[in-house]
Amino acid sequence: MAEVDQVEVREGVDRETVEAVQNMGAYKYGWNTEIEMEYAPKGVNEDIVRLISGKNDEPDWMTEWRLQGFARWQDMTMPDWALLNVPGIDFQDIYYYARPKSMEVKPKSLDEVDPKLLATYEKLGIPLKEQMVLAGVEGAEDYDPNERQVAVDAVFDSVSVGTTFKAKLAEAGVIFCSISEAIQDHPELVKKYLGSVVPQADNYFAALNSAVFSDGSFVYVPPGVRCPMELSTYFRINAENTGQFERTLIIADKGSYVSYLEGCTAPQRDTAQLHAAVVEIIVEEDAEVKYSTVQNWYPGDENGKGGIYNFVTKRADCRGDRAKVMWTQVETGSAITWKYPSCILRGNESQGEFYSIAIANNYQQADTGTKMIHLGKDTRSRIVSKGISAGHAQNTYRGLVSMHPKAKESRNYTQCDSLLIGDQCGAHTVPYIEVKNNSSRVEHEATTSKVDDDQLFYCRARGMDEEEAVALVVNGFCREVLQALPMEFAMEAQALVAISLEGSVG
Amino acid sequence: MSAVEKMTPAEARLARVTLPEGMGPQRRAALDRLVAMGLPGRRDEYWRWTNPTDLIAPEPVPAAPFADDEPALFDDVERLKIVFRDGVFDAEASDDLALSGIEISRLSEAGDVNWASSLYGTLETAGQTPVERPFAALNTASAEDGLLIRVTGKIETPVNLIYIHESESSDAILHHVVKLEEGAEITVLENGPAGARANIVMEVDVAKTARFHHIRVQGRDHERRMLTGIFARINEGALFKSFTLSSNGALTRNECVLDIVGDDANAHVAGAALGDGKSQPFHHDDTIFITHGAERGESRQVFKKVLKNGAQGIFQGKILVKPGAQKTDGYQISQALLLDEDSQFLAKPELEIYADDVQCSHGSTTGAIDETALFYLRSRGIPTEEATALLVLSFLADAIEEIEQERFRDEIVIRLEGWLARHRG
Repeated sequence: MAEVDQVEVREGVDRETVEAVQNMGAYKYGWNTEIEMEYAPKGVNEDIVRLISGKNDEPDWMTEWRLQGFARWQDMTMPDWALLNVPGIDFQDIYYYARPKSMEVKPKSLDEVDPKLLATYEKLGIPLKEQMVLAGVEGAEDYDPNERQVAVDAVFDSVSVGTTFKAKLAEAGVIFCSISEAIQDHPELVKKYLGSVVPQADNYFAALNSAVFSDGSFVYVPPGVRCPMELSTYFRINAENTGQFERTLIIADKGSYVSYLEGCTAPQRDTAQLHAAVVEIIVEEDAEVKYSTVQNWYPGDENGKGGIYNFVTKRADCRGDRAKVMWTQVETGSAITWKYPSCILRGNESQGEFYSIAIANNYQQADTGTKMIHLGKDTRSRIVSKGISAGHAQNTYRGLVSMHPKAKESRNYTQCDSLLIGDQCGAHTVPYIEVKNNSSRVEHEATTSKVDDDQLFYCRARGMDEEEAVALVVNGFCREVLQALPMEFAMEAQALVAISLEGSVG
Repeated sequence: MSAVEKMTPAEARLARVTLPEGMGPQRRAALDRLVAMGLPGRRDEYWRWTNPTDLIAPEPVPAAPFADDEPALFDDVERLKIVFRDGVFDAEASDDLALSGIEISRLSEAGDVNWASSLYGTLETAGQTPVERPFAALNTASAEDGLLIRVTGKIETPVNLIYIHESESSDAILHHVVKLEEGAEITVLENGPAGARANIVMEVDVAKTARFHHIRVQGRDHERRMLTGIFARINEGALFKSFTLSSNGALTRNECVLDIVGDDANAHVAGAALGDGKSQPFHHDDTIFITHGAERGESRQVFKKVLKNGAQGIFQGKILVKPGAQKTDGYQISQALLLDEDSQFLAKPELEIYADDVQCSHGSTTGAIDETALFYLRSRGIPTEEATALLVLSFLADAIEEIEQERFRDEIVIRLEGWLARHRG
């Protein structure tokens, strides 16, 4: 492989090990489901916006809202401040809507579901029970309630295929459905909250999303309710030349709690694909939201061909006192990542946390971080970011910590560590710190180093091969973030860390 | 309305640029650079926290000189004294420029061909990538005075540039070139406010194993506005060390662009800023960019700010490690002590690293004085104000430590103590 010739092989690593590791192949979800799709014409204009709105049978106010977003988007230019080299994106050469034909009429039984769709979820490792429901089967909700339950909303290209455990969640008063259903069934909630955290014209990609989002997840947890199970959304991009634009809206009312997981994969293709999502979270008084992401979009091949361009706006607004939000992200995929999950700490004593592992290998580029906007008194935030670069990748942490004059007695602690594996990659840190009162304390630390030779030597002296040793050291490096993930995710993330680095030793 | 009135301030400023005699090609090239990049606006990433309006304005904001009651700085030091009054060389107040091992001449007398013509504007130009610094190009194009200093030996006697501000409307633009030949060593002292508005650029070429020391005290004038730019190229085994003390000043922006081009070189830059916005605004901005382009380089950025009564402190520091600059050791610390609720500290400590075998880190902290430490001192009978002064001094110690020569360190500490005594409560 090209990598071997370009990267200098370090002392103590024999070339065979490097080659063996590189030939293992990395991306497990790169296959594609052959399924008949229905597309909207390529490109974006007012008609496409209306068409998407029409496909979801939306009320007029929603169509109007989208059109406002579209109008604002047309006046904006793509931001270029990130340390990213983004090849020109032709926004008129993308399909903005793609739906499996078989989803036109909701299947009533397993026999009616397109077996290809079914196989897709099986192959992605979604448990059978969920798989039945995911594939859109009505009446499967009551199946085997004793398993550990995770309710799933599955989004396949532009549409939500199904949401599991809706009935059980409804018993607790929790609304969990696709956003297209929420617009139909809970318009008052959507009207009240949609765009209240990320306005239509927040930024270029959020504006585009506001205009053309096709589906996504909606969560409402009523006051005092602890959501009885973890909620999750699984995003799958399958169709070629299609952009995925999903919108997630999570509302945690007073004193409620919810833990939300997000996973994503895409087929391996030579052409890059665009994913521009918006996630809005509203956290009321004493409520708590945990949002965990394992982002595993197709990262492109080892020469940087293909992959997902991931331009995502995620923001949580802690509106009430003592509200708490925790973002945890493991970013291993995507050719380009542009993502800054943020916390607006409006309520007094509200808390924001951000734990991130970003791994960039081969020609991946990641520019990711967070914003902690302290507005309320006694607010707390903590940022732990671990960036790992290998191959020819560029990995940037970009963050803002802002202490407003009224955010008295607030605290922030930021720790950004970067690890470089190989001499062809880059690791960068771009933090902005704005402190406008003196009773708050802000501490920022950042380090950049390579995998420690002594640690590697120690591991290898105990019989580990180079690859295992690096994976162990890297997992140790990421420990603080991995510990912040829900258990199943932590296991997956740990494995993913090792896989993402395959081919990087040398 | 005349055409002049329709211009924006930036256009009006550019239209007024005249190119003095000497260094003709370099000045014309600088003007071309300046016109191509334009003067900065608030939306510029590197000016997001410092408003460039007063620096762009065709005329400086009038600034009254300050009657400094402290004894003159470095008076006890045996030195070569060179005085600039409102940006113009004052031969009478200055010492004879002849000194063994050093060659000093005025920019205004340089002509087009001179040993410095290969350097004048060259390091400034190199410092324009990747971040544009239009005011430095403006300086290269239009500086009327300044010194060309070539150092061939180890000079014991420091060269002291004294900047006197007398006129309320002076707009001082000075450009110095300092070239240290292989193995040479010099200490350059700079002090004084320079003018109502000042733009001072110093290009420093440090050859192999040469050592450059720089200590700067920016005067006590409250109303002055000052922009400085140091552009240095540091060769193999060489040392560059710069320390700046700033107290007072409506606006200060100190840019320092250091390029490590030879292996085993050291670049240290430090600063202590004390600001009290009570009677006059205080805005102080340190913008540092250190590039490691060679192996085993060591760089330090140590910046401390003590702020009160709405004073604003800015730090934008960057370490760039180029591919192949292995074994780089880069460290950056920026800290602010906010003595009351109104002051602000805004920081952007950046790392951009393209080599793997490096140790680079940065830290930044902001907060009030440590109540526990204060309580401890008070419980030992030290009055609050004295205890506060002690804690402020200890907070600044790391930056002061960066001054290698003890005699200068002591002078700086005396100034700090003076400031603290005047700004109690």
